[in-house]
Amino acid sequence: MDDAILTNRYNMPDAKGRFGEFGGLYVPETLMPLVLELGEAWAQAKQDEAFWAEYHHLLKYFVGRPSPLYLAERLTEHFGGAKIYFKREELNHTGAHKINNCIGQILLARRMGRTRIIAETGAGQHGVASATVCAKFDLPCTVYMGALDVERQKPNVFRMQLMGTKVHPVTNGNGTLKDAMNEALRDWVTNVHDTYYMIGTAAGMHPYPEMVRDFQTIIGKETRQQILEAEGRLPDAVIACVGGGSNAIGMFHPFIDDESVKIVGVEAAGHGLDVYNGHAASLNGGRPGVLHGNRTYLLQDEDGQILEGHSISAGLDYPGIGPEHAHLFDTGRARYVYATDEEALEAFQLTSRLEGIIPALESSHAIARLGDLAKEVGKGGVIVLNLSGRGDKDIFTVAKALGQQMGNL
Amino acid sequence: MSVARIDAHFAQLKAENRAAFVSYIMAGDPDLDTSFDLLKGLVEAGADIIELGFPFSDPMAEGPIIQLAAERSLKNGTKMADVFALASRFRESDAETPLILMGYMNPVENMGYPAFAEACAKAGVDGVIVVDCPPEEAERLIDALDAADVALIRLITPTSDDNRLKTLVKRTKGFVYYVSVAGVTGVKEVNAEGIREAVAHVREVANLPVVVGFGIKTPERAAEVARIADGSVVGSVLVDAIAKSLLENSPSSTKVLETASLLAQAVRNARN
Repeated sequence: MDDAILTNRYNMPDAKGRFGEFGGLYVPETLMPLVLELGEAWAQAKQDEAFWAEYHHLLKYFVGRPSPLYLAERLTEHFGGAKIYFKREELNHTGAHKINNCIGQILLARRMGRTRIIAETGAGQHGVASATVCAKFDLPCTVYMGALDVERQKPNVFRMQLMGTKVHPVTNGNGTLKDAMNEALRDWVTNVHDTYYMIGTAAGMHPYPEMVRDFQTIIGKETRQQILEAEGRLPDAVIACVGGGSNAIGMFHPFIDDESVKIVGVEAAGHGLDVYNGHAASLNGGRPGVLHGNRTYLLQDEDGQILEGHSISAGLDYPGIGPEHAHLFDTGRARYVYATDEEALEAFQLTSRLEGIIPALESSHAIARLGDLAKEVGKGGVIVLNLSGRGDKDIFTVAKALGQQMGNL
Repeated sequence: MSVARIDAHFAQLKAENRAAFVSYIMAGDPDLDTSFDLLKGLVEAGADIIELGFPFSDPMAEGPIIQLAAERSLKNGTKMADVFALASRFRESDAETPLILMGYMNPVENMGYPAFAEACAKAGVDGVIVVDCPPEEAERLIDALDAADVALIRLITPTSDDNRLKTLVKRTKGFVYYVSVAGVTGVKEVNAEGIREAVAHVREVANLPVVVGFGIKTPERAAEVARIADGSVVGSVLVDAIAKSLLENSPSSTKVLETASLLAQAVRNARN
């Protein structure tokens, strides 16, 4: 399988880390030399066959790839339109796509001689994946996690602790992903000499958006091969949820040049796009600005202050989005729609009942738009949905939202 | 005036053989009227240059003290327009003291560079520090600031090597700001002897005055730095005094200005 570089006509970002108007490198000067060094190390690693050989070996034997492409028959029947396939990223070791990126970054951190890893996490999936690779590679790990997220994702906090990671609750701001990222950046500024910052999504300063994407495109590359085997042709549409957007860009990127393939991202609309500060839909409900090292679409007030946003899903509860999505949105190559908390909860239950798969609340947002897309594509058509994570971590949140006591018969 | 006001001020300081005492407060912390009183009071207490923070919701290079100041200011409803109104009010009362705005990129992006630069010039702001805008992303902002005769002041850090230093000092005016510790504001403490060589080197390459900040907490440290550099910047200690006055329910200005006065004297007498 091709690595890092696709033979796409589409070739982003440029040397300055720009995806059109978006991306770039907006960090305090203390970090600049480190980030430039990281960019060089990444540029070398991605040309190195041995680097990719180790990455693929670990993905196969440690993560359990390739993940299956699975025909979701009962959902297909339920929606009565196009055939629906799930790309089963939730079957990866640690239960989500996040591990693909962590395997790549831990190999890079080791190559750069870094001895300490920090990460931010929202839902805890990236935190767990970071803790996992750090345990395996025997590197100390600190994960910054918003205090609210610590509360709503307790099982993941305990998983991280079991693997020897220090979880640092962040109480600043609203205590969610954005605040965790600020705190991780402050740690990095303070510990520049030994620390590697393992960003969990395809956002932040260059080279992270490109690098994380390249570690996640394994999703789209496998999907391409698998759908050709299953259907003898490319899908009519691919769909994925978008917070920072790493699972989505991993699925989308290998299809960007295929004009026949519709690309659909689903943002978290929380309480609804018309509720001020009540959603996390940066593209549909935000405008361009600069945060966490890159220029992208942001939720912000009229004075340029960042809004906290809201989503029932901790992993989508972020006021920005990866710069490549901002670019694909502006150029119209990808379409970005949205689903509310309520719609995601319905999709969560529907998929559990019909398919025997409990999806993450994040992925449930994409599932919530499947019905529309299946109708649009129509019978005889083929859709692939990236089932980015499993929902075990969300059962407490869902039970609470549904007003149910867990375990009551 | 603008860039010339900064240059004139450093020329004067050089003639008097003393370093600048640069004091930082956050605009609108705890409210705009108090900020105005503090700005005037700081100059009376001996501040040579004023750095006025404009609040941002996500200040990624700040320690807890300045983070909380930004939160207080925003909670109080401070807008960029208020920051400029405060700057204008200060400038009307004081034509001499250089005034530098310091903050983060997004509020600047949100206004648009030309509008931001014009607002600076109109309010009598002489220079701007944008913490998360490295030279790689600064060209268009500098174009706009140049047109308005406002300096973009650069932060130079212990991690900046020689090559980096050359990139950093391009298109810089007024002075450069040496960040004495790798870290966020107001946490680690500077080791004055440890930065002697770096400051001299930066001064030589930049050919501009070098002020030092990020780790100065006491009059003793401020004086040590004043013997090495062209200015000592103190922020977190003053801002913390505001926070403490608020907790004690006493007027913010008394405690802050007492602290500032001790620091100013220490800097003023450092080379005697």
